[in-house]
Amino acid sequence: MTTGRIVGASVPRKEGRDKLTGKAQYVDDMQLPGMLYGATVRSRIPRGKIKKITFGPGIAWDEFTVVSAKDIPGKNCIALIVDDQSCLADGIVNHQEEPILLLAHADRHALPKAVDSIAIEYDPLPAIFTIEESESQSQIIWGTDNTFKTYLVEKGDVDGIWERADHIVEGEYTTGAQEQLYIENNGMIAAFDPQHGVTVWGSLQCPFYIHKALMSLCNLPADKVRVVQMETGGAFGGKEEYPSIIAGHAALLAIKSGCPVKIIYDRMEDMAATTKRHPSRTRHRTAVTKDGKILGGEIEFTIDGGAYTTLSPVVVSRGAIHAGGPYYRPNVRIRARAMATNAPPHGAFRGFGAPQSLFAVERHMNRIAQTVGLTPVEIRQRNFLKPGQTTTTEQAIRENIDLEKLLDRALQLSDYHSMKKRFAGENATGPAKKGIGIAAFLHGAGFTGSGERNLGSVVEVEACADGSVRVLVSSTEFGQGTKTVLCQIVAETLRIGYEDVTIAQADTDDVPNSGPTVASRTVMVVGKLVQSAALGIKQTLTAAGVIRPAYSAQEFRAACRAYVAAHGALRSSARFEAPSDVFWDDEKYRGEAYAAFAWAVYIAAVTVDMTTYSVSVDDFLALQEVGKVLHPVLARGQIAGGVAQAIGYTLYEKVVWQNGRMQNSQMTNYIMPTSVDLPPMRVFFEEMGNIHGAFGAKGIGELPMDGPAPAILNAVEDALQVSFDSIPLLPEDIYEKLASEAVVETEFR
Amino acid sequence: MKAANSSRSKSEISFIVNGDRKTMRVHPMERLLDVLRQELGLTGAKEGCGEGECGSCSVLLDGILVNSCLIPVLQAKDSVILTIEGLAGIAELNCLQEAFLECGGAQCGICTPGMILAASYLLQHKPQATMEDIREGLSGNLCRCTGYSQIFEAVAEASRRKATA
Repeated sequence: MTTGRIVGASVPRKEGRDKLTGKAQYVDDMQLPGMLYGATVRSRIPRGKIKKITFGPGIAWDEFTVVSAKDIPGKNCIALIVDDQSCLADGIVNHQEEPILLLAHADRHALPKAVDSIAIEYDPLPAIFTIEESESQSQIIWGTDNTFKTYLVEKGDVDGIWERADHIVEGEYTTGAQEQLYIENNGMIAAFDPQHGVTVWGSLQCPFYIHKALMSLCNLPADKVRVVQMETGGAFGGKEEYPSIIAGHAALLAIKSGCPVKIIYDRMEDMAATTKRHPSRTRHRTAVTKDGKILGGEIEFTIDGGAYTTLSPVVVSRGAIHAGGPYYRPNVRIRARAMATNAPPHGAFRGFGAPQSLFAVERHMNRIAQTVGLTPVEIRQRNFLKPGQTTTTEQAIRENIDLEKLLDRALQLSDYHSMKKRFAGENATGPAKKGIGIAAFLHGAGFTGSGERNLGSVVEVEACADGSVRVLVSSTEFGQGTKTVLCQIVAETLRIGYEDVTIAQADTDDVPNSGPTVASRTVMVVGKLVQSAALGIKQTLTAAGVIRPAYSAQEFRAACRAYVAAHGALRSSARFEAPSDVFWDDEKYRGEAYAAFAWAVYIAAVTVDMTTYSVSVDDFLALQEVGKVLHPVLARGQIAGGVAQAIGYTLYEKVVWQNGRMQNSQMTNYIMPTSVDLPPMRVFFEEMGNIHGAFGAKGIGELPMDGPAPAILNAVEDALQVSFDSIPLLPEDIYEKLASEAVVETEFR
Repeated sequence: MKAANSSRSKSEISFIVNGDRKTMRVHPMERLLDVLRQELGLTGAKEGCGEGECGSCSVLLDGILVNSCLIPVLQAKDSVILTIEGLAGIAELNCLQEAFLECGGAQCGICTPGMILAASYLLQHKPQATMEDIREGLSGNLCRCTGYSQIFEAVAEASRRKATA
């Protein structure tokens, strides 16, 4: 592990000044001459055939550009994994809010009334809204069995363990949908001319996903589609796949109208129509010895994918691989399924399936502890994965991680034992009940299995005529610090100043495809590539004789200037190559699922108010091993922000569904944590390093989403001595359960 | 194409924004946020929710912190408005902005202009703001990235620096 001057230091965020002065340009801040505004006409039923569309009276329809499915020059689908999702519904709708028509007008105030005056008549079809309805196959809404994807992970001999077990512990755990709730709503601007093709500017995570979708939708070659990322006001996965739809809509309106078109969703449209975290159900059946050793068991992990495939196969895969938690299971069978329902498609959201399955396993560990008669600490200590042991996919733990030590440090930092004792005493008499809970977990960084090999990401680093160095990647900045950290890596690698390194705007005409900005892969995978591309610049300058082996930053600048003046532009590229000793079997789902895991122990202390039944988190401790921390301030920001989002997931954020439509699609009634709702967050790092990441970094962004929900519900269990296995956990849920248990108790007496 | 708000329904409205007097013909019920962004090109105020929940559109109207998405421009007639663009100028940062940059108070940046104005309003009224004051004072401005803790640190740091300056 290297500790440098720049890597490991909290240098100022590259685009920080622009953000602090209001100068940063987000898509809604951009205007083009002659620009029209676009709006989307959406389905108001969850499933049915479109019978008739009537354009109502009182609207000057000749002033509007109207686009329907028949105006699509290419294929009417959003190219991603499976081509089952239309860009505009053609005759049939499968979820509420499905796009049917597009309108554009020069006056944005003219649009809402026009949208409302379009009457759509349907022949409704029966719709299904839950995993159970989908499994029952009473209605087949997708394929032959409503199933987008199934996985089976098998290790050892599960059937042989049950008779050796002293205890068989079963549990079922469910999680709800969650809205990403980036503060900047989705938006895109598109322009078209026959010579240059389509250009879109927008709020987005993955420029090349959109590039691919637009080529197919608009029937254009690669060089006639250009995607430019504007400053992006939060994403969290919510701008991974859905922006391809909005970009497609804006492009279709621009092609038909001949004018640039801007589509900006308002909050209600964004919340009701775009993706959310997949609701899930996990069932555990675990064989345990009397001293608390897990012999193995079965895990069934099922997610509600909504109406179309989108990214659900990948989400369910990551959830399945994380379903065993950071524990050794000699024998395990994991069945995972993504099911179709008539909800708007669920999609990427920080954690990507792992928060759901890790919630289940960390609640289940507490249930096992209770059954066996051990404490939550002991049950974890006895089953932690150790170096040399294998995960559920039989990936050997090669790094020297000591989870018992990590847990010990977390217990000490949080003062766990004395708090637990104190709470037990106070709860006997006090009007409020206090509790403390633990979650231990892991998060794999980068694409799963052969994913990175298949992506084959490419990055470039350029020596510029002015002597500076520029990073070219399609990896996007949306708050995490992509720009800052990649520039730090280059500056450290080349031993030049941080201010000598800039990063190009993510514009598909300029930057190579370094893959999507997802899966906690940017610093680890793309960072490593940027490091090797930077070394290529140094080698070229050395070979050309313009720098000596020991050079100053000033000499390096002079060398770049001299080289570019003499030979023209200098760009060095690097392409991902999978390490030869990494094995993954896509068929059997066995092998090295991830190049690196980050590890963590989180501890939450809560108070349950016994008058209102509201839960407040009083203290939150987050201890994690994420490899080398390249930027302490940004890293802490990722953890604190992720924990806050996960506290919302656990205690506040409930999507209320009615007939497949989100009813509370406003910030007024979908409640995210404010500055007065969150506990002091105490964030600590262990730094072990990682050979696969730049300067020893692992992924960090998604990890903090995984642990808070089980830690908090374990703390609520500690406070009330009653178990809750479902999130979000709202005061009414607590009241209902306590009331029903009180009734049972009374009757029993 | 003709605009939905015909020119007949527009009135002349004048106010001072960031020290400059601006006079324009706008519909009196147009939101102040839209007038700032579209008529005056002051795009630092952002729309996050359009219903006064998120605070991303915060500006100071006659020295009071308001959500500009809830203010009909009529109400801003003859007022003095400060937006993020007028706080320190584009090139330099004030003490609060410096503290945000150092402490990690801005991530995606979309809530940042509103958050800075809210923090600035708070410190103007409570220069020695306690942590409780800060939590309370910023509770009308939502941030989805930071979990607020580094924002709190930034405001506390700015308060300290101002006290010792």
